[in-house]
Amino acid sequence: MFESISAVTNSAGYILGGVGVTLLLVGLSLFIGFICGIVLTLGQVYGPALVRRFVGVYVWFFRGLPNIVLLFLFYFALFPFMGFDMPAFGVAVTVLGLRSAAYQSQIFRGAIQSLSDGQMLAARSLGMTRWQAIRSIILPQSLRLSLPGWSNEYPVLLTDSSVAYVIGVAELLTRTSQVISRTGEPMILYLTCAVIFILLNYGGMMIIQYVEKKVRIPGFGNNEAECL
Amino acid sequence: MSDVPILKVENLCKSYGDLEVLKSVSFEVRKGEKKVFVGPSGTGKSTLLRCINQLTAPDSGFVYLNGEEIVHSGKKINAYRQKMGMVFQNFNLFDHLTAVRNVELALLKVKKMDRKSAREKAMYELEQVGMADRADFYPAQLSGGQAQRVSIARALAMDPEVMLFDEPTSALDPELKREVMEVMRTLAAQGMTCIVVTHEMKFATSFATEIYLMEKGEIVEHGPPSEIPTSPNFVKTRAFMGSYADE
Repeated sequence: MFESISAVTNSAGYILGGVGVTLLLVGLSLFIGFICGIVLTLGQVYGPALVRRFVGVYVWFFRGLPNIVLLFLFYFALFPFMGFDMPAFGVAVTVLGLRSAAYQSQIFRGAIQSLSDGQMLAARSLGMTRWQAIRSIILPQSLRLSLPGWSNEYPVLLTDSSVAYVIGVAELLTRTSQVISRTGEPMILYLTCAVIFILLNYGGMMIIQYVEKKVRIPGFGNNEAECL
Repeated sequence: MSDVPILKVENLCKSYGDLEVLKSVSFEVRKGEKKVFVGPSGTGKSTLLRCINQLTAPDSGFVYLNGEEIVHSGKKINAYRQKMGMVFQNFNLFDHLTAVRNVELALLKVKKMDRKSAREKAMYELEQVGMADRADFYPAQLSGGQAQRVSIARALAMDPEVMLFDEPTSALDPELKREVMEVMRTLAAQGMTCIVVTHEMKFATSFATEIYLMEKGEIVEHGPPSEIPTSPNFVKTRAFMGSYADE
């Protein structure tokens, strides 16, 4: 028992370093997913037919394949074939980010389509360009409406991030496994790993809830019935 | 007064599939005139307004603003639209912005005014419609009449040459209708050129310099409010529109 605990404490720094890698991996993927997701959504809602079709195929592709297949495909096949010499971490961020973009784009699309046409009409009637209307009216409103659905993306990406293990990214699970093979203490170490994931999950959700409260607007987005 | 009308509409046509919503509609508006369009629902009145500022593209026909053709003006339409303030039946205030920010948004983004002057201008317009004390309220916190007054202020802030009112009081209770009509009357008294689509007959006759009666996508009759209400067409329409009669 004592040995188990010292196995954890001795390698605590190494494993915690993995937490940093995991968080960076999740953070960057979420960010890429967010930016690309918005671009995809705008393409799908406001773009010409060709763009809409491209987005459809994109979403179908990235939502249709298991994470691990996507990782292998990009890491061992597509990127080497295209001559990209990207480190495993970069590939993991790219794949998780692009995949998240597919999901996020559909969250944003739902929100944009739930806005009344009148918002766009009013903006255009004042002489705003379509892009000005999208930036000042459509996105601020639809992103607020998206938050509840979007808050699902963080725990999904966090748990998905451990798949980066298969291409050797030194994230939390990878480092935990390495320490286990050195010390032979799976119980305490995997439990530690699990607790860390749960804490990361909890912490992230608290932040998202805080943001949700922070950007809330009176009477906007159906929060009137909350007290019922 | 210049000879060129502020707005000239020529043979506007619009169809949705087989349904002809506008059948070659033409009319002119000169500075200070108040043209009021009445007629049963679904006769193309709202479509006509939207074809004027190109929120809906007409199938054919022309619209001239101060003599300049705007149907085929491409990107320049954004500049033309600023001169045609529009007020919608459902207000269409930007739900995520307070009243004052609703009014100042286009001043900042379109007119590129600096923050301070935009805010001053927005507050001035809110005062004009009696809404300055609600400047920091969100749309959901306003009554329908208040929201509509803010939306009028929003349109006025762009210093339009003509105001387009698309059934501005249809979504309001009788009491709230009155406060919006009051604002419109004040505007009219200041000489604002107005095109109004409405179901309020009493308001139409007291407000208009000319009333247009529309039916099935056509102007079937027009004239000064002193003549129109006694014309046979109008009497028929009025009966048809009985449920919309004034309070």
